[in-house]
Amino acid sequence: MTARRKRIHLAAHFPGVDSTTVRADPRSRSQIEFASFEHLARTAERGLFDFFFLTEGLRPRGHRARIHDLDVVGRPESITVLNALAAVTERIGLAATVDATFNEPYELARRLASLDHLSRGRAAWNVVTSSDAFTGQNFRRGGFLDRADRYTRADEFVRTARELWDSWRPDGVSRPFAHRGRHFDIAGEFTVPRSPQGHPVVIQAGDSAEGREFAASTADVVFTRHGTLEAGRAFYADVKGRLARYGREPGELKIMHGVTVVLGDTAAEAQEKATEIRRQQVSPQNAILALEQSWGTDPSSYDPDGPLPDIDLVADSAIAQGRTRRGDTVALAEMGVPPLERSRERGRRGLSKEKGLSIRQTVIEASARQSFIGTPAAVAAELAEFVRADAADGFILVPHPTPGGLDEFVDRVVPLLQERGDFRTEYEGTTLRSHLGLPTPRWQG
Amino acid sequence: MTSSHGRGLLHLAAAVDLHAEYDAGAFVELVGLAERGALDFVTLGDSFARPGLDALAVLARAAPATGRIGLVPTVTTTHTEPFHVQAAVATLDWVSRGRAGWWIDVSRTEGEARLFGRRHAAPAEELWQEAGEVADAAARLWDSREDGAEIRDAETGWFIDRDKLHSVDFEGATFSVKGPSIVPRPPQGHPARIVDATEGPARRTAARFADVAVVRAVGREQTGAVREELRAAAAGFGRDPDGLKVLAGLVVDLGGGEHAAEPGHGGGGPRQTAQGPLYRGGPVDLAELIAAWHQAGAVDGFHLTPVEPRRDLERLVNGTVALLQHRGLFRTFYPGSTLREHLGLARPANRYAVTGGAS
Repeated sequence: MTARRKRIHLAAHFPGVDSTTVRADPRSRSQIEFASFEHLARTAERGLFDFFFLTEGLRPRGHRARIHDLDVVGRPESITVLNALAAVTERIGLAATVDATFNEPYELARRLASLDHLSRGRAAWNVVTSSDAFTGQNFRRGGFLDRADRYTRADEFVRTARELWDSWRPDGVSRPFAHRGRHFDIAGEFTVPRSPQGHPVVIQAGDSAEGREFAASTADVVFTRHGTLEAGRAFYADVKGRLARYGREPGELKIMHGVTVVLGDTAAEAQEKATEIRRQQVSPQNAILALEQSWGTDPSSYDPDGPLPDIDLVADSAIAQGRTRRGDTVALAEMGVPPLERSRERGRRGLSKEKGLSIRQTVIEASARQSFIGTPAAVAAELAEFVRADAADGFILVPHPTPGGLDEFVDRVVPLLQERGDFRTEYEGTTLRSHLGLPTPRWQG
Repeated sequence: MTSSHGRGLLHLAAAVDLHAEYDAGAFVELVGLAERGALDFVTLGDSFARPGLDALAVLARAAPATGRIGLVPTVTTTHTEPFHVQAAVATLDWVSRGRAGWWIDVSRTEGEARLFGRRHAAPAEELWQEAGEVADAAARLWDSREDGAEIRDAETGWFIDRDKLHSVDFEGATFSVKGPSIVPRPPQGHPARIVDATEGPARRTAARFADVAVVRAVGREQTGAVREELRAAAAGFGRDPDGLKVLAGLVVDLGGGEHAAEPGHGGGGPRQTAQGPLYRGGPVDLAELIAAWHQAGAVDGFHLTPVEPRRDLERLVNGTVALLQHRGLFRTFYPGSTLREHLGLARPANRYAVTGGAS
């Protein structure tokens, strides 16, 4: 290979309402105060990261029709936080998760174009969809959107937003737009001139077949999560392989894995820290709850440190409300909760029995996400290997304590990646598209 | 702080509407200028049909670059989702540490309706009825998570006390919201709500839900009469009338130098134009006008829209405001840190909180 070494892309995720955050950590501070967002965004920018990433919440999660009180509850609205962060950062991309089900294209396209102007070309939109009536109760649109329709609406939503952004020519001349489709019938004039990036970067998450197709046809970045190098390579090959049929080059879509990192001076120390972090993330209460949500059973009589009960399993999705499809419940289901038609031996019970794990230990194992654990040098080498082996183009790091959880990575791993030639030593451009190496979108006149 | 003739503090606000400006720096400069004048707040107008950036976005961008001044974007209620609107305004309050306001407006035209394709244009009465419901629902959502709901209890593992989160179950004519909000209660409790109460259909909504009403009228007596009407209506809704500040809305053109450029205006008072009541003249005469209207009890203050923002806001701050400060009629520094404090408005009690002893 004589081609330039493939560079790693890095992004920072501010943890939302999931149980990633370790609240017991003395460094853990507010999830709401602007100072927390500022600290993490500036740390990521100091580390020359591509972008800073926020998720959204549209309704506090529920458990048995009551508000779930064991994890972080509540957060500010993403785009507004990012506009404020544009004032205290210079280069780092600013990515907002915004639902395509409970918004309208004209308004959201305008808000995203505004963020792109106000940040001078650093805006990104992580497109997500909702299907549940639970969330819908907060909106004019109301409840349920059929799962199949979620992607057709999201797809039409993104296309419509791009039509609006393209209604201004690069030379500053605007013209009226008219969009008539299955989900939207709108017309008029878009009131924000073409923004610095032309189109804000579009990020998408989702592993289903529809999700992959949507990403291949539409997204600039895919946010995914795959546990092993092999699984990552398979996903990478599959999604990149879908691009050609949309006339796109492999480099036009970046695949980034959401991961956590735990560092230590020795491998053993890092492993010990990782174990402790997982124990803090999965409290005894959370372990019992996970069991209930996955198995649909009344868990109150069980000891979280005792063995897994020998009962029939009935997954009951009605227990937990407002969790994303990629949440812990789904991870558990994938890892082991066997739907009745599946072999139990392959399931969690098998896993648990084999290793002699308690309920809590089982949940810790089953809900683990991709984590790079080791010395800074080992982690740098492993991250680089994932990218070199075409399992990823980069990583979205989810720190444990908020907001200081990224400091150590930036101080200890980034310099090693730079020494290896795997990561930039300065921002070469000013826009998020330039950080990601994405082409300027062609104006579709 | 000097109060004048028992009329309460003088409140001053200015619009920072720059036409066809898409760079943050120009807005930040204007907001900073207004802050040097210790104005209560700046406003930025918006509509889906107006060329320009999303106003709330612009003022969120300005928040970390400023320290004290209130930030009041227009956010409309006709084609937006009430849940998103209240979350965005609450978030502006968080990122500005208690300086957010919300200028409530409606979208009247069919052209705006076509940008969304969900409903047709409606009569002003209906739109303002709905705007009131949105304002009401927003305040309930701001109350839906009590202060101190976050407990981070290590023993039980609880992050929040779920008894301090409340559904709002709001049922309006055009929308319903379950709640609670996802955003914790904003620093001000309720960011200040502002309504242009010049036209009839908006006046009832202003009297019921606004903290600040802007009235665009050319005469002192006329403005004072509307103020009394608004205060009476507010009392009729069970409010303390002093909780509703009424500001005279004037477009100001200070380009004419120290003396009135046109005979009969300037010192003679505003005249009616298509853009609203226009004051044209010098900064000193404007200070006279402001002092006279305020001392007569016709207004609690002024909302001034500069014709040429860069020029006129500078003259307003360094001329008019400086003179008012010199005469002890306007603050020279911010004694408080939140917009409500500037306005002399208390942080509202939470309607869902069980007060000590009451239960």
